[in-house]
Amino acid sequence: MRLALLLILLLIAPVFAQEWGGADEKAEEVIKELNPNYEPWFSPIWEPPSGEIESLLFSIQAAIGAVVIGYILGYYRGKYARNT
Amino acid sequence: MHIMEGFLPPEWCAVWYAFSLPIVAYGAWKIKKKINEDPRSKSLIAVAAGFVFILSALKLPSVTGSCSHPTGTGIAVVLFGPIVTAFLAFIVLIYQALLLAHGGITTLGANTASMGIIGPFVGWLFYKLLKRSNFKLAVFVTAAISDWITYVVTSIQLALAFPASPEINGVIISTTKFMTVFAITQIPLAIIEAILAVLLMGYLLQVREDVKEVVTA
Repeated sequence: MRLALLLILLLIAPVFAQEWGGADEKAEEVIKELNPNYEPWFSPIWEPPSGEIESLLFSIQAAIGAVVIGYILGYYRGKYARNT
Repeated sequence: MHIMEGFLPPEWCAVWYAFSLPIVAYGAWKIKKKINEDPRSKSLIAVAAGFVFILSALKLPSVTGSCSHPTGTGIAVVLFGPIVTAFLAFIVLIYQALLLAHGGITTLGANTASMGIIGPFVGWLFYKLLKRSNFKLAVFVTAAISDWITYVVTSIQLALAFPASPEINGVIISTTKFMTVFAITQIPLAIIEAILAVLLMGYLLQVREDVKEVVTA
């Protein structure tokens, strides 16, 4: 319970900041600053056509993980309940 | 946040591939051996992989005003150690590089080195140190350290490729610069990840008492 509260607090705390870009974009700025001539020498073979599709694929990634964990823990639990 | 496609010069891509691939291959072999010896470990490996899948998909806002995501490797480190973790992280990184344009194929070796190998290895050292005294604390620290060191390594990798000046001093200056972007953003996220890892591990051990003996041995 205490842990869960701390979790919520940590997620709410950043509300006071402003931008919400990715940390990798910031790193890109630092690279540009350190070496203004650097050009990426390779670009992604395929990119999600839009932010919506990107978030869809991120959701699928999380969903796969959640389904697997939920299924297996449920299985363990059922087995454990039967044996005790 | 992984190093983006094309943002590491080719020679560094090669170095990190050379470092990571043998360990990933060893990890794959180890997983196969483990499943052959005890088919029941398959489902535990899946749980560890599932945790990496979920957590590394969550881009969370942090106090610095930018977003980053946890790594989710802590459970795998506690259950199986860093070698197996390397293979699991590699799978997730391929998914993200190919389907999400997040990370990249050229930087896959470097990203595997940070998220799959060095971060988990340092986390695992802490686990070894703490597991007998306080298991919950050990899981917490392992998950948080595995996550956080990942981004410290990312910073160093970028600094080695983009030193502020040619000498070692330049690398240190650059590391500090990248650390302010990655490592500070990551602190609260590492704590969030650690809390989730403790909760999941606690539940897992409730229903699999046999695992507890193995992981605290």
